[in-house]
Order: sequence, then structure tokens, then C-alpha cells
Amino acid sequence: MSSYEPSRNETQHPSVLCLVETDDGTVIEASLRALSFARSLAQSSQARLIAALVGEIPEITASSLGSFGVDEAYAVTSTQLSPYAPVAWAQALRQLLVTCGATTLLAAGSDRGNEVMAHVGALTSEPMAANCFGATRIDDETVRLSRQRWAGSLIEDSLLRSTTALMTVAFDGVSSQRAEHATTTKISAFAPNLDESDGRTHVARWTGRSAGISLADARVVVGGGRGVGSADGFAALDELAELLGGAVGVSRAVTSLGWRPHNQQVGQTGTRIAPDLYLVSGISGATQHLAGCQSAKRVVAINTDPDAPIISRADYAVIGDLNQIIPALAAAIRERNSLTS
Amino acid sequence: MNVLVCIKRVAMVGARIVVTPDGQEIDTKQLGFTVSPHEECAVEEAVRIVERLGGTVSVLTLGPSEASEQLRDAAAIGATHLVHLKTDGREFDPIATAQAIVEVVHQLEAVSGTYDLILFGNEAPDTGDYQVGIRVAHSLDRPCVTGVKNLEVAETSARARREFRGGDELFELDLPCVLTVKEGINLPRYPSLPGRMRAKKAVIEEFEPVWQASLVVKEGLRVPNVTRERAEILGTGVDAVPALLALLEQIGVLS
Ligand SMILES: Cc1cc2nc3c(=O)[nH]c(=O)nc-3n(C[C@H](O)[C@H](O)[C@H](O)COP(=O)(O)OP(=O)(O)OC[C@H]3O[C@@H](n4cnc5c(N)ncnc54)[C@H](O)[C@@H]3O)c2cc1C
Ligand SMILES: Nc1ncnc2c1ncn2[C@@H]1O[C@H](COP(=O)(O)O)[C@@H](O)[C@H]1O
Repeated sequence: MSSYEPSRNETQHPSVLCLVETDDGTVIEASLRALSFARSLAQSSQARLIAALVGEIPEITASSLGSFGVDEAYAVTSTQLSPYAPVAWAQALRQLLVTCGATTLLAAGSDRGNEVMAHVGALTSEPMAANCFGATRIDDETVRLSRQRWAGSLIEDSLLRSTTALMTVAFDGVSSQRAEHATTTKISAFAPNLDESDGRTHVARWTGRSAGISLADARVVVGGGRGVGSADGFAALDELAELLGGAVGVSRAVTSLGWRPHNQQVGQTGTRIAPDLYLVSGISGATQHLAGCQSAKRVVAINTDPDAPIISRADYAVIGDLNQIIPALAAAIRERNSLTS
Repeated sequence: MNVLVCIKRVAMVGARIVVTPDGQEIDTKQLGFTVSPHEECAVEEAVRIVERLGGTVSVLTLGPSEASEQLRDAAAIGATHLVHLKTDGREFDPIATAQAIVEVVHQLEAVSGTYDLILFGNEAPDTGDYQVGIRVAHSLDRPCVTGVKNLEVAETSARARREFRGGDELFELDLPCVLTVKEGINLPRYPSLPGRMRAKKAVIEEFEPVWQASLVVKEGLRVPNVTRERAEILGTGVDAVPALLALLEQIGVLS
């Protein structure tokens, strides 16, 4: 139990405010995780959990907010907020923070969440702690938190000292969990007071998703690194990925050599993947690469070196030359498929 | 066109990070140093813009004496002005870093005019705070776009693209502006031999930044518990293929 006793004024309960991002009306996974994190922080400080969404809140969204224990949700609307304008979003959140008397503001550690929260930090001159996965309130001005450093390879424990705690939530560090008891979320409208300059920087045009299996969403990723040996060597990996209905992912060594485009790079400065299977070959397992596959359910490594760091981070391994093993595996799968079809 | 790029010296960690016994720092005794790939790309982008439109590429770092190495690396691929905000090794948090950078930008701009573009990495590899560029932009009252993967710059405006949920977002900005870039915007060149020679002799302008205590008070660093200790070895070479196939079947990734 927390020993924290919130100081209550007459009209407002302490509350935790969380920015929730949606995609076609569905709350994105990163925001569900942020909400789970926010709920446990709210519970530890006997605070209400409030969500902020930009735009209207349809019934279906409201019910998923309820299942995550959200007490109240604000539909934040203004012509300056859409298309997406980071400063306008930050201004709106800052105003909502005051309106609902929240002492904590959270968002997912997504590109957008980190961006908006950094703007809130800049507008308020308050610190903003990115990629947190643990937090408890100590008193009105202090939150003890744990956050990811070095893209998750290291953890920092620290005290955030501010009357308004600004944090984003690490995707890999938190799971999404429904509340034990669903709540009925009270929906309110909030119209922030924004002027044109807040919307000065905005998305001028959005081009939709490209076709094909994206690396970030692929169920199977076939990984190749410097050990593949050449750009041509990737033909066998392409073929295997196709047989498995997956995508090819590569290390930075490969993109730096120009063997493959950067949009196939997995890691800290590339794409974060979360497949059921990451079949990784010819990659040594540098922390910066591993940072991109922490959410992979199973890692199977192929490497000539039994002492490569990837071997101690994989679930299964085959020791040997990928340029022999990958084509042989592809052949075996093709044979199996011809028998079963 | 005058472009300023901000880069940060960081340790090049390998397969494992070791924390010092007092739990406050990472042990860098065995390590080399570098800058983020995002920042390498930012320097490359600045050099390309100036090769096309003319002007200067200034590169700035806030860090210990040794951070001059990273400035010289940038000079080797074409940076024309080097700026070092020299610290005594103490950590500057994002607020202190942004304030120190803004202070020096004011001083430099008073002498040689406004930077049309100030480029940052999207996030630093060590702290990953995602905010120094944004804080600088607010202090200078300039527009800011983060995570830029494609950039077209004209005399007075810029078009910046970035990825968003598998699609592509376009921003149109007036100069001067602040952009944070991601690796993949370009493929940085290797330094040439003459470039390296020039870099050795390049002049570095030095400043003394003012440190301030962070409101995020570090209690300690620790390495996360790894759930896996060692993989189960399925076999060696092509002999392991049947076991591998059986495993894929069991996982349920074969149709
Ligand atoms: C700030 C920063 C960010 C970075 N971001 C990323 C990132 O996002 N993604 C990333 O990947 N890296 C990143 N890196 C680079 C990273 O540190 C490593 O340099 C890189 O991941 C190494 O790539 P690799 O494993 O392919 O090459 P190597 O480390 O050279 O490993 C090659 C491996 O292949 C094996 N091998 C060789 N031949 C064969 C064969 N025939 N069959 C099977 N195995 C074979 C070898 O035993 C070895 O283990 C970053 C670095 C920094 C400093
Ligand atoms: N000490 C520093 N010196 C120069 N630039 C820095 C420094 N720290 C951060 N930056 C810049 O700000 C970006 C974002 O850093 P951060 O907000 O700490 O994740 C980095 O990629 C750098 O471009």
C-alpha cells in the first residue's frame, strides 16, 4: 500500500490525465498500455483516471475506455487540432490539465506521444520523463519512476520533482491490462482556447498506408545481418520470408553497406518489431539491434559463432552457416507444403 | 543557407552494458565513442543542402573535452564551423542542454546571422529524452517537426516528410525552422582522406555552458533482468533443419 495521502481541495479530486490515441476509432495498443500504467499510478495515489482524446468519442471507444477503468474522458475538439498539429495538441492538453486539476499527464511513448509531451514540457518549462514503465506518487511534488535508457538496455530509477508530472510510457516495458472492474466512463466535451499560431505547424498531407506486410506488424520476421555476406545473399532470406508470409529485417551493418534499404532495419534507430517468430541469422546481437526485437515472442538464431551474444538472448539456436541452412529450410518447407496441399 | 547541427557524444555499447559500482554511470573504460546514426544523417543532410544551395554547416556539441573528436568527425565529411560547449563531465539534462544551446545560438546568430535550419537527432541513443530539439525550437520561437525522413529545402521554405503508422505525413514550413531527423533520411558518406586532414586542423570555437540541477533526480542505474540465459541448441548446420522445421510447425507459423 502507498502511504501517500493526497491533499484535496474542496472541488477537485486529484487526477491522472492520459492522452489516448486512436486509429479509425480504435484505441491503439500503445495507448492501452499507457492507460494501464496510468490506472495503476492513479490507484496508488487514490486519484481519478481521466482520458483525453482529440475529436469525438464514439460509443465503441467509450466502452473500451471503460474496460480500462477510465472514470472520465474528454473529447477535445477545435479546428486547430485536425489535421494533426503538435503544438496545438500540447496547448490543448495543457489547458485541460488545468481544467481538470490533474497533477500528472501521461501519453504513450509513441512518436506522437513523445512529440506532444515534449511540447507540453517546453510550453510549461517542466521536465518530461520519456519511456517510463514504473511510477508511484510519493507526495504532491514527487513521483518515483523507472524509465528506459539506452533504448531499454538499461533502467534508470529516479525522482521526478514537479507539481505537474509529465511522462510517456515505454511500449516494451508495460502490458495492456483491463481493469478488474469496468467503469462507465463519463464523456465530456472540451473546447480549448487555441489561436492560429498554435496550428502553424500541421500535417499538410497524409498519404495512407502502403500495401504489403509492414515490418512492424509482421507475424514472422526473417532477419539477416553482416553474416549474409552480400546483397545477393538476401535472395534466400526473401524467399523464406515469402514462404512464411513474413517480412525481411536487417541489421544496421547491412543498411550501412547499402545491401538493403533502411526501412528494413530492425533496432534502436530502425523499426521495432513484435512478431511471433524472429528467425535471425548472421546478426551478432548488439544491444542496439536487440532494442528493436524485445517484443518478439520467440527468437531463433542461426550463427556460425556459438558465443555470439545473440545466442544467449535467443530461445533456440542453430550453429552453422546461414547460407546453407536458410536455403535448406526453405526447401524443406516447400516440400512439406507440397505434401500437405 | 546556414545550417546548424547538434550532435551528442555517446559511448558505443556492444552486447552488454556495465554499470559502475556506485550505480550512477555506465562503465565506459573499454568503450569507443560515437554519435547517434540519426545525428550522422543530420550532418550528412546539412552538408548536402549546402552543397546544393551554398552556405555554411556548423556543428555543435555540448560535452566533455573529448567530444571535440565527434566535432572533427563531422568536419571530415564537410562541416565548416565547429562549436564546443565544454562541460566538466557533469550530465546536463534536456532542459539545461536546450538552454545552453539556445544561449550560444543567440551569441552566434548575433555575429553571423540566423541559422535557416537547426537540425537535431530524433532522440539521443543514451538518454532517449525525445525533447532537446523541441525545447530549443520553443525558446527560439521557431516551428519544429520531429522524426523527419525526407527533406526538401528551398531558399525560404522546407517540405519535411515523416512516417506515421505505415503512411507518410508531409509538413510545409517557413524558414528558419528546427527539425529532428531519423536515420534513413540519407546514407551518410565516408570521410575522404583530404576531409580527414582538413578536420585535424579545423578551428573549434569554445563556450562554457551553465550547468543546472535536473528536476529528474537520478537514484541509480541497473541492467534489466534478462529472462533468457541461453538458447536451446537445435543442432549444427543443415542437420538441424528437421528440428527447425518441427519447431516452426509447433509455433504455428507454417500454413
Ligand atoms: C547509437 C547506435 C544505434 C544503432 N542502431 C542500430 C539499429 O537500429 N539496428 C542495428 O542492427 N544496429 C544498430 N547499431 C549498430 C550495432 O551496434 C551493430 O554494429 C550492428 O547491429 C551489427 O550488425 P551485425 O550483427 O549484422 O554485424 P556483426 O556484429 O558484424 O555480426 C555479424 C554476425 O554474423 C555471424 N556470421 C558471419 N558469417 C555467418 C554465416 N555464414 N552464417 C551465420 N552467421 C554468420 C557472425 O558470427 C556475427 O555474429 C547502432 C549503433 C549505435 C552506436
Ligand atoms: N549534449 C548535447 N550536445 C549537442 N546536442 C545534443 C546534446 N544532447 C542532445 N542533443 C541533441 O538533441 C537530440 C535529442 O536528444 P534528447 O532530447 O536528449 O533525446 C540529439 O539527437 C542531439 O541532436
